[in-house]
Amino acid sequence: MNTMIGNDTLVSLGVGQRGVVTALATEGIGRRRMLDLGFIPGTIVESVRRSPAGDPTAYFIRGVMIALRSEESSKIFVNPV
Amino acid sequence: MGLTYQSSGKGALREDYLNYNVKGDYVIALAGNPNTGKSTVFNALTGLKQHTGNWPGKTVVQALGNYKHGQKQITLVDLPGTYSLLANSPEEQVARDFICFAEPDATVVVVDATCLERNLNLVLQVLEITHKTIVCLNLMDEARRKKIRIDVPALANQLGVPVIPTAARNGEGLTLLKDTINSVAADKTELTPMRLIYDASLEVAIRELAEELDPLLPPQINRRWIALRLIDGDYTVIDGIRKFLEKKMVKEVFAS
Repeated sequence: MNTMIGNDTLVSLGVGQRGVVTALATEGIGRRRMLDLGFIPGTIVESVRRSPAGDPTAYFIRGVMIALRSEESSKIFVNPV
Repeated sequence: MGLTYQSSGKGALREDYLNYNVKGDYVIALAGNPNTGKSTVFNALTGLKQHTGNWPGKTVVQALGNYKHGQKQITLVDLPGTYSLLANSPEEQVARDFICFAEPDATVVVVDATCLERNLNLVLQVLEITHKTIVCLNLMDEARRKKIRIDVPALANQLGVPVIPTAARNGEGLTLLKDTINSVAADKTELTPMRLIYDASLEVAIRELAEELDPLLPPQINRRWIALRLIDGDYTVIDGIRKFLEKKMVKEVFAS
Protein backbone atom coordinates (compact mmCIF):
# COMPACT_ATOMS: atom_id res chain seq x y z
CA MET A 1 0.00 0.00 0.00
CA ASN A 2 1.32 3.39 -0.89
CA THR A 3 -1.35 5.06 1.21
CA MET A 4 -0.06 7.02 4.17
CA ILE A 5 -1.03 5.61 7.53
CA GLY A 6 -2.67 8.36 9.57
CA ASN A 7 -3.99 8.40 13.11
CA ASP A 8 -7.61 7.63 12.22
CA THR A 9 -9.02 4.27 13.18
CA LEU A 10 -12.45 2.76 12.51
CA VAL A 11 -13.62 4.27 15.80
CA SER A 12 -13.16 7.77 14.42
CA LEU A 13 -15.48 7.11 11.45
CA GLY A 14 -18.86 8.71 12.03
CA VAL A 15 -22.03 6.83 11.07
CA GLY A 16 -22.40 6.95 7.28
CA GLN A 17 -18.71 7.73 6.80
CA ARG A 18 -16.41 5.50 4.78
CA GLY A 19 -12.72 4.80 5.08
CA VAL A 20 -10.00 2.75 3.40
CA VAL A 21 -8.13 0.32 5.64
CA THR A 22 -4.43 1.24 5.79
CA ALA A 23 -3.01 -0.95 8.57
CA LEU A 24 -3.85 -3.32 11.41
CA ALA A 25 -2.22 -2.73 14.79
CA THR A 26 -2.70 -6.32 15.94
CA GLU A 27 -0.59 -9.41 15.74
CA GLY A 28 -1.00 -13.15 15.69
CA ILE A 29 -4.45 -14.68 15.88
CA GLY A 30 -6.21 -11.36 16.39
CA ARG A 31 -4.68 -10.03 13.19
CA ARG A 32 -5.51 -13.22 11.30
CA ARG A 33 -9.10 -12.97 12.46
CA MET A 34 -9.42 -9.39 11.18
CA LEU A 35 -7.90 -10.41 7.83
CA ASP A 36 -10.30 -13.36 7.58
CA LEU A 37 -13.22 -11.02 8.21
CA GLY A 38 -11.99 -8.94 5.28
CA PHE A 39 -10.17 -6.04 6.97
CA ILE A 40 -7.32 -6.04 4.49
CA PRO A 41 -5.38 -2.86 3.60
CA GLY A 42 -7.12 -1.21 0.64
CA THR A 43 -10.61 -2.38 1.67
CA ILE A 44 -13.40 0.20 1.90
CA VAL A 45 -15.36 0.05 5.16
CA GLU A 46 -18.51 1.98 5.98
CA SER A 47 -19.65 2.73 9.50
CA VAL A 48 -23.36 1.87 9.40
CA ARG A 49 -24.84 2.01 12.84
CA ARG A 50 -23.75 2.55 16.40
CA SER A 51 -25.44 0.78 19.29
CA PRO A 52 -27.21 3.03 21.82
CA ALA A 53 -24.42 2.48 24.32
CA GLY A 54 -21.89 3.64 21.70
CA ASP A 55 -20.29 0.22 21.40
CA PRO A 56 -20.26 -2.04 19.38
CA THR A 57 -20.57 -0.44 15.95
CA ALA A 58 -21.82 -2.15 12.79
CA TYR A 59 -19.61 -1.84 9.71
CA PHE A 60 -20.40 -2.74 6.12
CA ILE A 61 -17.46 -4.53 4.59
CA ARG A 62 -17.11 -6.63 1.44
CA GLY A 63 -20.81 -7.34 1.12
CA VAL A 64 -21.75 -8.04 4.74
CA MET A 65 -22.37 -6.21 7.98
CA ILE A 66 -20.00 -6.92 10.85
CA ALA A 67 -20.21 -5.55 14.40
CA LEU A 68 -16.98 -4.74 16.21
CA ARG A 69 -16.25 -3.49 19.68
CA SER A 70 -13.93 -0.51 20.00
CA GLU A 71 -11.41 -2.94 21.47
CA GLU A 72 -10.97 -4.32 17.94
CA SER A 73 -11.97 -1.35 15.80
CA SER A 74 -9.45 0.94 17.53
CA LYS A 75 -6.70 -1.24 16.08
CA ILE A 76 -7.83 -0.90 12.48
CA PHE A 77 -6.35 2.20 10.84
CA VAL A 78 -8.28 3.88 8.04
CA ASN A 79 -8.09 6.94 5.82
CA PRO A 80 -11.55 8.53 5.56
CA VAL A 81 -12.83 8.81 1.97
CA MET B 1 11.50 -53.04 9.75
CA GLY B 2 10.59 -49.64 11.04
CA LEU B 3 7.20 -48.13 11.20
CA THR B 4 5.89 -47.00 7.89
CA TYR B 5 3.07 -44.56 7.51
CA GLN B 6 1.49 -46.39 4.66
CA SER B 7 1.11 -49.69 6.42
CA SER B 8 -2.23 -48.85 7.98
CA GLY B 9 -5.24 -48.34 5.81
CA LYS B 10 -6.59 -44.93 5.09
CA GLY B 11 -10.06 -46.02 6.07
CA ALA B 12 -8.90 -46.90 9.56
CA LEU B 13 -7.60 -43.42 10.18
CA ARG B 14 -10.71 -41.77 8.92
CA GLU B 15 -12.77 -43.71 11.37
CA ASP B 16 -10.84 -42.08 14.16
CA TYR B 17 -11.74 -38.68 12.83
CA LEU B 18 -15.30 -39.66 12.15
CA ASN B 19 -15.91 -42.01 15.08
CA TYR B 20 -17.79 -43.93 12.50
CA ASN B 21 -17.26 -47.01 10.45
CA VAL B 22 -16.88 -45.92 6.85
CA LYS B 23 -18.06 -48.55 4.40
CA GLY B 24 -18.70 -46.43 1.33
CA ASP B 25 -16.51 -45.77 -1.68
CA TYR B 26 -15.73 -42.11 -1.04
CA VAL B 27 -15.55 -39.74 1.91
CA ILE B 28 -16.35 -36.17 0.94
CA ALA B 29 -15.87 -33.16 3.22
CA LEU B 30 -18.25 -30.22 3.03
CA ALA B 31 -16.72 -26.91 4.11
CA GLY B 32 -17.85 -23.31 3.81
CA ASN B 33 -18.35 -19.95 5.46
CA PRO B 34 -21.25 -19.63 7.90
CA ASN B 35 -24.56 -18.78 6.17
CA THR B 36 -23.74 -20.12 2.73
CA GLY B 37 -26.44 -22.78 2.81
CA LYS B 38 -23.91 -25.49 3.56
CA SER B 39 -26.33 -27.54 5.64
CA THR B 40 -28.98 -27.11 2.92
CA VAL B 41 -26.54 -28.59 0.41
CA PHE B 42 -25.81 -31.39 2.87
CA ASN B 43 -29.51 -32.17 3.29
CA ALA B 44 -30.21 -31.90 -0.43
CA LEU B 45 -27.43 -34.39 -1.23
CA THR B 46 -28.11 -36.87 1.54
CA GLY B 47 -31.88 -36.51 1.85
CA LEU B 48 -31.42 -36.07 5.58
CA LYS B 49 -33.25 -33.46 7.56
CA GLN B 50 -30.45 -32.09 9.61
CA HIS B 51 -31.67 -28.92 11.23
CA THR B 52 -30.69 -25.82 9.33
CA GLY B 53 -30.79 -22.56 11.16
CA ASN B 54 -29.10 -19.25 11.27
CA TRP B 55 -26.95 -18.85 14.29
CA PRO B 56 -23.24 -19.02 14.86
CA GLY B 57 -21.69 -22.36 15.58
CA LYS B 58 -24.74 -24.35 14.56
CA THR B 59 -22.64 -27.18 13.20
CA VAL B 60 -19.95 -27.63 15.82
CA VAL B 61 -19.79 -31.37 15.69
CA GLN B 62 -19.58 -32.69 12.19
CA ALA B 63 -22.67 -34.38 10.84
CA LEU B 64 -22.49 -37.41 8.59
CA GLY B 65 -24.77 -38.53 5.81
CA ASN B 66 -24.76 -41.05 2.99
CA TYR B 67 -26.00 -41.09 -0.55
CA LYS B 68 -25.53 -43.14 -3.65
CA HIS B 69 -24.66 -41.73 -7.03
CA GLY B 70 -23.33 -43.41 -10.16
CA GLN B 71 -22.89 -46.80 -8.44
CA LYS B 72 -20.80 -45.20 -5.69
CA GLN B 73 -21.66 -45.02 -2.02
CA ILE B 74 -20.65 -41.65 -0.67
CA THR B 75 -20.19 -40.51 2.93
CA LEU B 76 -20.62 -36.78 3.27
CA VAL B 77 -19.12 -34.99 6.28
CA ASP B 78 -20.62 -31.62 7.14
CA LEU B 79 -17.84 -29.56 8.72
CA PRO B 80 -18.52 -26.51 10.90
CA GLY B 81 -19.00 -23.24 9.02
CA THR B 82 -15.85 -21.12 9.24
CA TYR B 83 -14.41 -18.01 7.64
CA SER B 84 -10.95 -19.47 7.87
CA LEU B 85 -9.01 -22.66 8.50
CA LEU B 86 -6.25 -21.01 10.43
CA ALA B 87 -7.45 -22.31 13.79
CA ASN B 88 -8.76 -19.30 15.64
CA SER B 89 -11.46 -21.46 17.18
CA PRO B 90 -12.28 -25.12 17.92
CA GLU B 91 -14.63 -25.17 14.89
CA GLU B 92 -11.84 -24.08 12.58
CA GLN B 93 -9.51 -26.65 14.04
CA VAL B 94 -12.06 -29.43 13.51
CA ALA B 95 -12.56 -28.40 9.89
CA ARG B 96 -8.85 -27.99 9.22
CA ASP B 97 -7.74 -31.24 10.86
CA PHE B 98 -10.36 -33.16 8.93
CA ILE B 99 -9.38 -31.72 5.56
CA CYS B 100 -5.67 -32.06 6.24
CA PHE B 101 -5.40 -35.34 8.13
CA ALA B 102 -8.49 -37.45 7.41
CA GLU B 103 -7.77 -37.39 3.68
CA PRO B 104 -11.23 -36.93 2.24
CA ASP B 105 -11.49 -38.08 -1.40
CA ALA B 106 -12.67 -34.57 -2.22
CA THR B 107 -13.52 -31.39 -0.34
CA VAL B 108 -16.51 -29.35 -1.45
CA VAL B 109 -16.34 -25.68 -0.44
CA VAL B 110 -19.81 -24.13 -0.42
CA VAL B 111 -19.64 -20.42 -1.22
CA ASP B 112 -22.26 -17.69 -1.24
CA ALA B 113 -22.70 -16.40 -4.81
CA THR B 114 -24.08 -13.11 -3.46
CA CYS B 115 -20.84 -12.21 -1.71
CA LEU B 116 -18.30 -14.27 -3.54
CA GLU B 117 -15.19 -12.25 -2.79
CA ARG B 118 -15.46 -12.76 0.95
CA ASN B 119 -15.90 -16.51 0.48
CA LEU B 120 -12.86 -16.95 -1.74
CA ASN B 121 -10.57 -16.53 1.29
CA LEU B 122 -11.66 -19.95 2.55
CA VAL B 123 -11.47 -21.46 -0.95
CA LEU B 124 -7.83 -20.40 -1.24
CA GLN B 125 -7.06 -21.77 2.22
CA VAL B 126 -8.59 -25.13 1.30
CA LEU B 127 -6.68 -25.15 -2.00
CA GLU B 128 -3.46 -24.65 -0.04
CA ILE B 129 -4.19 -27.88 1.85
CA THR B 130 -5.70 -30.10 -0.81
CA HIS B 131 -5.94 -30.10 -4.57
CA LYS B 132 -9.03 -32.27 -4.62
CA THR B 133 -11.39 -29.37 -4.17
CA ILE B 134 -14.73 -28.48 -5.74
CA VAL B 135 -16.33 -25.07 -5.36
CA CYS B 136 -20.11 -25.20 -4.94
CA LEU B 137 -21.35 -21.75 -5.92
CA ASN B 138 -24.55 -21.80 -3.90
CA LEU B 139 -27.44 -19.33 -3.53
CA MET B 140 -27.40 -18.73 -7.29
CA ASP B 141 -31.14 -18.01 -7.17
CA GLU B 142 -30.53 -15.17 -4.74
CA ALA B 143 -27.61 -13.88 -6.82
CA ARG B 144 -29.86 -13.75 -9.91
CA ARG B 145 -32.48 -11.88 -7.91
CA LYS B 146 -29.83 -9.37 -6.92
CA LYS B 147 -28.74 -9.14 -10.57
CA ILE B 148 -25.29 -10.47 -9.76
CA ARG B 149 -23.72 -12.16 -12.76
CA ILE B 150 -20.82 -14.53 -12.25
CA ASP B 151 -18.51 -15.71 -15.01
CA VAL B 152 -18.34 -19.32 -13.81
CA PRO B 153 -15.91 -20.66 -16.45
CA ALA B 154 -13.51 -17.77 -15.77
CA LEU B 155 -13.68 -18.44 -12.01
CA ALA B 156 -13.08 -22.17 -12.52
CA ASN B 157 -10.23 -21.38 -14.85
CA GLN B 158 -8.55 -19.05 -12.39
CA LEU B 159 -9.00 -21.32 -9.38
CA GLY B 160 -8.03 -24.40 -11.40
CA VAL B 161 -10.75 -26.55 -9.85
CA PRO B 162 -14.41 -27.22 -10.82
CA VAL B 163 -16.94 -24.53 -9.91
CA ILE B 164 -20.55 -25.76 -9.85
CA PRO B 165 -23.38 -23.21 -9.62
CA THR B 166 -26.23 -24.44 -7.41
CA ALA B 167 -29.40 -23.33 -5.67
CA ALA B 168 -29.58 -26.19 -3.18
CA ARG B 169 -33.00 -25.32 -1.81
CA ASN B 170 -34.54 -25.79 -5.30
CA GLY B 171 -32.32 -28.73 -6.18
CA GLU B 172 -30.67 -26.73 -8.96
CA GLY B 173 -27.23 -27.96 -10.02
CA LEU B 174 -27.11 -30.89 -7.63
CA THR B 175 -26.81 -33.61 -10.28
CA LEU B 176 -23.83 -31.86 -11.80
CA LEU B 177 -22.36 -31.40 -8.31
CA LYS B 178 -22.72 -35.14 -7.60
CA ASP B 179 -21.19 -36.04 -10.98
CA THR B 180 -18.27 -33.71 -10.29
CA ILE B 181 -17.73 -35.12 -6.78
CA ASN B 182 -17.49 -38.63 -8.22
CA SER B 183 -15.15 -37.50 -10.95
CA VAL B 184 -12.77 -35.63 -8.63
CA ALA B 185 -12.83 -38.43 -6.03
CA ALA B 186 -11.92 -40.93 -8.78
CA ASP B 187 -9.08 -38.65 -10.00
CA LYS B 188 -10.84 -38.26 -13.34
CA THR B 189 -10.90 -34.47 -13.32
CA GLU B 190 -7.83 -32.50 -14.23
CA LEU B 191 -6.99 -30.14 -11.39
CA THR B 192 -4.56 -27.23 -11.64
CA PRO B 193 -5.25 -25.44 -8.36
CA MET B 194 -4.18 -21.84 -8.07
CA ARG B 195 -1.09 -21.59 -5.96
CA LEU B 196 -0.36 -18.63 -3.74
CA ILE B 197 3.21 -17.45 -4.09
CA TYR B 198 4.61 -15.51 -1.16
CA ASP B 199 7.54 -13.08 -0.93
CA ALA B 200 10.84 -14.51 -2.15
CA SER B 201 12.36 -14.68 1.35
CA LEU B 202 9.30 -16.49 2.66
CA GLU B 203 9.34 -18.91 -0.27
CA VAL B 204 12.96 -19.79 0.56
CA ALA B 205 12.01 -20.43 4.20
CA ILE B 206 9.01 -22.52 3.16
CA ARG B 207 11.17 -24.63 0.86
CA GLU B 208 13.85 -25.20 3.50
CA LEU B 209 11.36 -26.08 6.20
CA ALA B 210 9.36 -28.33 3.87
CA GLU B 211 12.56 -30.25 3.07
CA GLU B 212 13.25 -30.75 6.78
CA LEU B 213 9.68 -31.88 7.32
CA ASP B 214 9.70 -34.27 4.40
CA PRO B 215 11.11 -37.38 6.14
CA LEU B 216 9.00 -36.72 9.25
CA LEU B 217 5.57 -36.66 7.69
CA PRO B 218 3.42 -39.27 6.02
CA PRO B 219 3.47 -38.92 2.22
CA GLN B 220 -0.05 -37.60 1.80
CA ILE B 221 0.37 -34.61 4.12
CA ASN B 222 1.03 -31.35 2.35
CA ARG B 223 4.51 -30.23 3.48
CA ARG B 224 4.27 -26.77 2.04
CA TRP B 225 1.13 -26.09 4.01
CA ILE B 226 2.52 -27.44 7.29
CA ALA B 227 5.66 -25.33 6.75
CA LEU B 228 3.51 -22.25 6.21
CA ARG B 229 1.57 -22.86 9.38
CA LEU B 230 4.74 -23.32 11.39
CA ILE B 231 6.26 -20.13 9.99
CA ASP B 232 3.06 -18.37 10.99
CA GLY B 233 3.66 -19.57 14.56
CA ASP B 234 0.52 -21.73 14.54
CA TYR B 235 1.15 -24.30 17.25
CA THR B 236 -2.26 -25.92 16.90
CA VAL B 237 -1.01 -27.57 13.73
CA ILE B 238 1.64 -29.36 15.80
CA ASP B 239 -1.14 -30.77 18.00
CA GLY B 240 -2.89 -31.87 14.82
CA ILE B 241 0.22 -33.65 13.54
CA ARG B 242 0.90 -35.23 16.92
CA LYS B 243 -2.64 -36.57 17.15
CA PHE B 244 -2.40 -37.84 13.61
CA LEU B 245 0.93 -39.60 14.18
CA GLU B 246 -0.19 -41.14 17.49
CA LYS B 247 -3.22 -42.63 15.80
CA LYS B 248 -1.06 -44.00 13.02
CA MET B 249 1.45 -45.51 15.47
CA VAL B 250 -1.18 -47.13 17.63
CA LYS B 251 -2.74 -48.70 14.56
CA GLU B 252 0.61 -49.97 13.35
CA VAL B 253 1.63 -51.46 16.68
CA PHE B 254 -1.66 -53.33 16.93
CA ALA B 255 -1.53 -54.38 13.32
CA SER B 256 1.96 -55.90 13.57
